[in-house]
Amino acid sequence: MNRLTQLTALARNTWRGLTSMRTALALLFLLALGALPGALLPQYSLNAQRVRTYQAQHPTLAPVLDRLGFFEVFASPWFAAIYLLLFVSLVGCVVPRSIDYARQLRRPPVATPRNLGRLPHHAVSESASTPAEVIATARRRLRGWRIAEGEEHGSVRTLSAERGYLREAGNLVFHVALLGLLVSFAIGKLVGYEGQVIVLANGSQFCNSGSLAYDSFRPGRSVDGTALTPFCVQVNGFTPTYQPTGAPQDYRAAITYQAPGDIAPGTWHPYLLKVNDPLRIGGTRVYLLGHGYAPQFTVTFPDGQQRSAVVQWPPVELATMLSEGTTKFDPPGVTDDAARRTGQLAITGLFAPTAAFRGSLLSSAFPDMLDPAVAIDVLKGDLGNNSGRGQSIFSIDQSMVDSGRLKQVARQNLRPGQQLTLPDRTVVHFDGVTRFVSLQVSYDPTQLWVLGFAVLVLGGLGLSLTVKRRRLWVRVTPGELAGTVVELGGLARTEAAGYGEEFEQIAADLLPPGRAQPPVPTVLSKEGR
Amino acid sequence: MPIDPVVEYYSDLAYGTALVLYLLAMVLHAVEYSVTPVPVTTAAGRVAAEGNGAVATLAPPDSTPMRGTPERVGRSAVALTGLAVLVHASSLALRGAAIGRVPWANMYEFTSAICWVAVACWLVALYRQGSAATSLRRLGGFVLLPVVVLMFLGGTVLYARAAPLIPSLNSYWITIHVSAAITATGILLVSGVASALYLVGAPAGSRIAARLPDSTTLDRVAYRTAVVAFPIWTFAIIAGAIWAEAAWGHYWGWDPKETCALVAWVVYAGYLHARATAGWRGSPAAWINVVGFAVMLFNLFFVNIVVAGLHSYAGL
Ligand code: HEM
Repeated sequence: MNRLTQLTALARNTWRGLTSMRTALALLFLLALGALPGALLPQYSLNAQRVRTYQAQHPTLAPVLDRLGFFEVFASPWFAAIYLLLFVSLVGCVVPRSIDYARQLRRPPVATPRNLGRLPHHAVSESASTPAEVIATARRRLRGWRIAEGEEHGSVRTLSAERGYLREAGNLVFHVALLGLLVSFAIGKLVGYEGQVIVLANGSQFCNSGSLAYDSFRPGRSVDGTALTPFCVQVNGFTPTYQPTGAPQDYRAAITYQAPGDIAPGTWHPYLLKVNDPLRIGGTRVYLLGHGYAPQFTVTFPDGQQRSAVVQWPPVELATMLSEGTTKFDPPGVTDDAARRTGQLAITGLFAPTAAFRGSLLSSAFPDMLDPAVAIDVLKGDLGNNSGRGQSIFSIDQSMVDSGRLKQVARQNLRPGQQLTLPDRTVVHFDGVTRFVSLQVSYDPTQLWVLGFAVLVLGGLGLSLTVKRRRLWVRVTPGELAGTVVELGGLARTEAAGYGEEFEQIAADLLPPGRAQPPVPTVLSKEGR
Repeated sequence: MPIDPVVEYYSDLAYGTALVLYLLAMVLHAVEYSVTPVPVTTAAGRVAAEGNGAVATLAPPDSTPMRGTPERVGRSAVALTGLAVLVHASSLALRGAAIGRVPWANMYEFTSAICWVAVACWLVALYRQGSAATSLRRLGGFVLLPVVVLMFLGGTVLYARAAPLIPSLNSYWITIHVSAAITATGILLVSGVASALYLVGAPAGSRIAARLPDSTTLDRVAYRTAVVAFPIWTFAIIAGAIWAEAAWGHYWGWDPKETCALVAWVVYAGYLHARATAGWRGSPAAWINVVGFAVMLFNLFFVNIVVAGLHSYAGL
């Protein structure tokens, strides 16, 4: 045999196999199975911290899972493979079915089978009307059905009718829309981005100038973080409301913003940013995700120079907003690097918006700012910001403490306005607290497409699951002496049963009981295929 | 809006009453089941139904309305279920009145509403069955069993006092998205029970099977309920995505709850496909349906309680 025919046969068989219903089923299950670890295991993209905790807890299993991509299922090659195969299978299934459907629409309904008695629905009766009258009545009764008439020998006339073509149309729309949805989803992931940023609620500004303006930035593959929609947001205040129990009730941030066209003229628009209600600037959205406190400290150095800093201390206990953080200072006016690295200060500790002391241990009794206090350690020495390691603004470099290069010099609880003095006469003053908000900026130009396809998916599904495709045949045979014998047969082409009732209704309309003539109409409905 | 503790108390009272009534109805169904004589022909009918997928309409043995003890007991079980559903509805309505919004913001409220939908769906299915209802009625106890268990868990372990919504849940989308999810889940419960019984009855000639509704009826109930629930579930996921877009900054973030809902959706799509694939009708399809409901339950309990995600519920 010719190699080429062999090859084409192989290709054809592979294609047939891939686009068969069985394969679609298998792929659907693989997809479900493959997505499960994504739901059950911590994922890098959702919470990298929890992945690391999990890895620490399962030192033998975790590396294997990591190799398999189980901590990043939805970006893993094997998940993409399932997704793509399903995609191909879907295309291979939908295209021939659409062509077939288009042909069906042009073809008349199937000719009347020889033996109507073998169909699931069947009825016979004699009528006094002429065959032509019966056919005319049937045509009138079957308005809305596709109808074709036929003739058999012996002046027997037949009628084939079919209805419910929208079912297949709905099914095709459903599957095609599913394709569209998947494609738009993928494109959105490619060209969209998400960034998070913390902004002090004291009139501070955030401008969408580039990825560096963010605290964390997740770009799509084709986003380099330079050509972002330019806009600016200024956060003027943040007001939470709480239940007496401390459960949050409402968060509002009063902001003003500049859309791209406002930046040159310098116009600002006011806006009240709320949870569940983002600010939409063109296709870019700004969300209020969270909030917290930023204590302000002023350090007066022995030489009289002052430095102030406001740094966000992120909440560690969401229910009470007990927060933890670090505020760092460089000694002013010191140019000698070695001297600078012995004189750096870090204020680290806890902040409670409503202080509750157990002994001298600070905790928080309520999330709102009713009676703020900090419990701080002051450390002096080398903060390690020149060590080359990445520095967190939220904590100190513990290795500097361990190696003795950063030493604790004071520990004290302070309320706003209070201060402490270090052995070298440096004064640390707790000035007060500013609130901060955490904002998310999202950009996804295809999301309206996704929505559109989702609506089509739903509409197609609705049609496909409610419309019943059914066929009806009428055979009219002239009686031996007078009148006609009318025979009806019905077949539901789809799963949804319940054709029986409609068939009986049609039979009752088309087969009048006559003048008590035997045989009486018999309606046989075998339900349930 | 402040919570009204008196109204909340009456809601809890109605909840307990409904639970007791469901339990009684379940006991009555069990009695009906045990006093029903084992029909002789059903086993054969089962073989026929299993064998070729097409159906022999063997007249069910009880189609001659023999108004004996089983019939009377069965009817009172259904009547009691009807009463319970009304009491249960008043519990939901009172809870809603006490908090001034739809009462589904925590697992207790969620579970209660799902159970209500399941029982209501069951009664509708029974009603629409018409003349074959006697056979189908024996499914009643098996539908009420998970309902009673879920409501017991809901009233004890999951119970939470009425509370206002946290800011992220405070949106009209909670009415749209969660209502759809609850409705779909409740209907799918009935579907899952029917398929599970189909599988229990699948070994031809088993004594348990002989008293169950015939496999065709079970299969049909399972399919029809799934067909109603599937678009609702699809809508629930889409509505959830729209809400997520407004609340979390993206319509789809592979949050565990979302992912699991999608997995369940895919499994049910598999069920519908299996029903249209030669060689997969009957038991394999029924298995898929049962797995689908297992995923739904898993999503409702395990993912909510054990796997933390953005979908956190007030009070659990
Ligand atoms: C992403 C993957 C797919 C999903 C989620 C999906 C989902 C569905 C759903 C929910 C239905 C039932 C609703 C209806 O009747 O319209 C259905 C029906 C159907 N699907 Fe798919 N499908 C997928 C892929 C495929 C593929 C690859 C094929 C072809 C091999 C296929 C062929 C069919 C057919 C023939 C029906 C009609 C069944 C009937 O008449 O009941 N589907 N699909």
